[in-house]
Amino acid sequence: MRAAFIKRLIQLAHQDQRIVLLTGDLGFTVVEPFREEFPDRFFNVGVAEQNMVGVATGLAEAGFIPFVYSIVTFASLRAYEFVRNGPIAHQLPVRLVGIGGGFDYGTAGMTHYGLEDLAVMRIQPGITVVVPADEDQAAAALTATSGLSGPIYFRIGKDDGRTVSGLNGAFRLGRAERVREGKDLVLVAAGSLSCNAVAAAEELKEGGIQASVVVVSSLNPPPTQDLAETLVNFPLTVTVEAHYVNGALGSVVAETIAENGLRCHLVRCGVKETPHGLVGSSRYMDEQHGLSDSGVVQVVLKALEKLNVQEKEASLTTI
Amino acid sequence: MSEILAGGISERDLTQGTRNIHVPELNLESQAERMSRQIRLAILEQSKRAHVGHIGSALSIADIIATLYGGAMSLPSPDDPERDRLVLSKGHAALALYSALHLIGWLPKEQLDTYCGDASLLGVHPERELVGIDFTTGSLGHGLALGAGAALAARMQGSSRRVFVVVSDAECNEGSLWESAMFAGHHRLGNLIAIVDLNGQQALGYTREVLDISPMHTHWEGFGWDVSEVDGHDVRAMAKTIESLDTGNGRPHALIARTVFGKGVSYMQSQIKWHYLPMSDEQYRQAVVEIEATT
Repeated sequence: MRAAFIKRLIQLAHQDQRIVLLTGDLGFTVVEPFREEFPDRFFNVGVAEQNMVGVATGLAEAGFIPFVYSIVTFASLRAYEFVRNGPIAHQLPVRLVGIGGGFDYGTAGMTHYGLEDLAVMRIQPGITVVVPADEDQAAAALTATSGLSGPIYFRIGKDDGRTVSGLNGAFRLGRAERVREGKDLVLVAAGSLSCNAVAAAEELKEGGIQASVVVVSSLNPPPTQDLAETLVNFPLTVTVEAHYVNGALGSVVAETIAENGLRCHLVRCGVKETPHGLVGSSRYMDEQHGLSDSGVVQVVLKALEKLNVQEKEASLTTI
Repeated sequence: MSEILAGGISERDLTQGTRNIHVPELNLESQAERMSRQIRLAILEQSKRAHVGHIGSALSIADIIATLYGGAMSLPSPDDPERDRLVLSKGHAALALYSALHLIGWLPKEQLDTYCGDASLLGVHPERELVGIDFTTGSLGHGLALGAGAALAARMQGSSRRVFVVVSDAECNEGSLWESAMFAGHHRLGNLIAIVDLNGQQALGYTREVLDISPMHTHWEGFGWDVSEVDGHDVRAMAKTIESLDTGNGRPHALIARTVFGKGVSYMQSQIKWHYLPMSDEQYRQAVVEIEATT
């Protein structure tokens, strides 16, 4: 996803001289094409993320549109206060690009897992938060948001190649995209785990369960209306995201349900505990935290079973 | 007489360490010197009316701000893109800056009089929504990065505008400041001028006792900065030093400005408590008398 993002950024930078790329000494084999194309608008500022965000703020005040590139944890957490007091407080068009998210850097360990970036970013009213689900959508999201005058946080997946079936690269700010239709439940997914949600729906279908899949890539502004109109039609909503279970997509959906008075059961798939020690591929780590295709299927089956029991009990009580 | 506590910087120290500067003896009071006194009186008036502290910090930089706004900075208008920029990284001394903005005609007296009141744009720390404030500050260790970005932007735009950043010596505790010092030194941002308010104090003690990084100039020099040590209360000397700086693509500049915390008010000078305390009526009267006596 990150290569596609940079490719689109280069296209935009040809049209807009204000675009500058800063990296915190990361992006090997990814950022070089930009550097070669625009050597005067590329800066490796070194391993110093706070300064990078501060410098970007100063550049933006003078009219530039700086993109700040680092791994999710460093782009969001290390520099967080500089983001708050810089681009957000000044409402300047700094673009923060966090690479990875969830367990994308699976073998790198705890320090490289992006598990709370979306929560800390989306609670700030003054920043747009975008989590593309695949590379086509990443490119589309970059283009669609290029005219925004305030700051944006992009969580961009590390790996390229996976495509969310049915999404076709669609991105609309403040909207959700329904990529699959089914009547029994709705899976609401964000980011690169959207592929897992679609695969889980396919697996459920084999068992006779029809699941809709909705992809949420605009976390701030959230697609409140789309979600409210969709969720009300299903007895069960299951959120799927590579993030701690509190604060990001699962919380957006919970807030939507509560604030719109929807009658809808919600189960949130996400990381529920601090990862300790064990590392592995991102696929392995997703499995360990119940986020693989089959992990999501298991959550759905359990939730449906619980719902059925509750319905039976309710009908018995009525009799 | 002020009480000089162990570890603080005494008045005598001010005359030491000033180098490479010839200060001519002039009988006429310069505009910046007049502004110094007016800034101090405004600091006293506003902090008394609002009943707030940070008076000592504002008095400490009164002459630095007077130097900048009394002629050293190019300030055609608040929205002129080619104006020099100021980042008051030690944002808690913003009252000195508000006073200067008023004195150059950018801030009406009625608005200055709202300082720290309800619905005021003039808080203890400066915010960009106020005309004349280039950057919102208040979190120490943030401003030099903003200034480095602004200086880089000026270079990329082929502009000769300069960026001034006023930092406190205690602020140099922040690691992020040195990230920015490293960056500016590496990129030879000669249009970036950091003025270090070396008053030797911080919120809970003297810098020598809390985190001693003296001598200050060695750190800036180590990161590739051109360093001048100046008397931070001598507006003529500071103006002359700033005028002499080569703001092209050479080393960024650090002015280590030796100052006295609470300068001008005897009972505040070098006293830790005046980082926070507001003045009583009697203290206010005495302070005004002392500042007016400096005419």
